Amino acid sequence: MKRLMFSFAVFVALASWAPVKNGYEVGDTAADFKLKNVDGKMVSLSDWKDAKGFIVIFDCNTCPYSKAYNERIIALNSKYASNGFPVVAINSNDASASSGDSFEKMIDYAKKKGYTFPYLVDESQSVARAFGATNTPHVFVLNRVGAELKVAYIGTIDDSPRDASGVSKRYVEEAVDALLAGKPVAQTKTKAIGCGIKWKNS
Amino acid sequence: MHKIITLTLLALAGFLTPAAGQDLVRLQKLQQIIQNEKEKVQVINFWATWCAPCVKELPLLEKLKADQPGIAVRLISMDMDLDPDPEKVRRFAARKKIQSQVLILDERNPNQWIDQIAKEWSGALPATLVINNKTGKRKFVEKELHEGDLEKLIAAVQ
Repeated sequence: MKRLMFSFAVFVALASWAPVKNGYEVGDTAADFKLKNVDGKMVSLSDWKDAKGFIVIFDCNTCPYSKAYNERIIALNSKYASNGFPVVAINSNDASASSGDSFEKMIDYAKKKGYTFPYLVDESQSVARAFGATNTPHVFVLNRVGAELKVAYIGTIDDSPRDASGVSKRYVEEAVDALLAGKPVAQTKTKAIGCGIKWKNS
Repeated sequence: MHKIITLTLLALAGFLTPAAGQDLVRLQKLQQIIQNEKEKVQVINFWATWCAPCVKELPLLEKLKADQPGIAVRLISMDMDLDPDPEKVRRFAARKKIQSQVLILDERNPNQWIDQIAKEWSGALPATLVINNKTGKRKFVEKELHEGDLEKLIAAVQ
C-alpha cells in the first residue's frame, strides 16, 4: 500500500511537471491527419508518397488577411508542389461562428479561386489544436526526415500583408528553399497580425 | 500643375482636419503612453474594423469605460497593417460613437513589434492586455471577450 501511495505521489509530481503543450514547436514531429477535401475525398499527408515536405496553411474564406494572401498561396503551390513541397490548406473555423466558412462555401471558394491544392475542412478543430494554429493564414512548413515530418518553420508568409509588391522578406519561400538545398532554415519562426481562428465554444 | 493640385488638396486636408494625425501612433509612442499611465489600470484592446469578433466585443469595453472611470480603456486599431487609410477607422469610431480612446498603430512589419507588446501574443485578433503599473502586474488574453471576462482580468492585476 505504501509503495502504491509512493508511486501515486511520483505520478502526480511528474504529471504536474509535464509542460503544457500548445501545439508544435519547430523541430517537433507532426502527426498525420485525415480530413475531407472540397472534392469530397479524404486526404492524409501520407497520400503523397514522394513529398519532401509540405507547406501546411491554416486558412479560411472570410479573413481579410486570407484574401490578401490568396494569390500568393496559389503561387507558393505553383512554385513548390513540383519540387516536392505541395501546399495543403486547412480551414478550421467553426462554421456556426463564421457562416462564410461552411463546407459548401469552401467548395465554392476553391472553385472560384481555382485552387490547385487541397482545401480541407477541420470540423472538429483537432488538427488546428494539434498544430497550435492560432490565426489565418498560419503556415507550418514540414520537412520529411526519414519516415517523420519535422516542423521546420512556423509563422507568416512574408512581411507585407498589405501589398505583395512591398515584400522584402519571403519567410516561407526562404524556409523551403533552404530545405531543398539541404541547408538549415535561417528564420524558423515569425509572427503576424491576423484573424484568430474561430474556435467552438469560446 | 499636378503638383499644385496635390499641394492644394494637402493644404485643404490639413485645414479641414486640424487634429487629424494625433491618433496615429508608432510603437514607441504607444509604449510611452502605456508606461506613463501611473494611476489607472489600463485595458488595452487590439482590434481592427474588419475583425468581426473584435467589433462584437467593443460594447463590453465601452461599458467598462462608461461604468468605471478609474480604468483607462484604450482601443488600438491594427487596421493600418492591411489598409493604409486611417480614415476608415475614424469613420468607424464616429459611426459607433466610441467613447474610449482610439489609437491607430502606424507600423509596417508586425514581426518586429508584436513581441514588444506581449511575448505570448501570436498576433491574432482580438487580443487584450490589462496592465496595472502600480502593482507591476499584467494579464494578456488572445481571444474574444465575454461578459465578466474584463472584470476578472482587472481583479487579477490588483
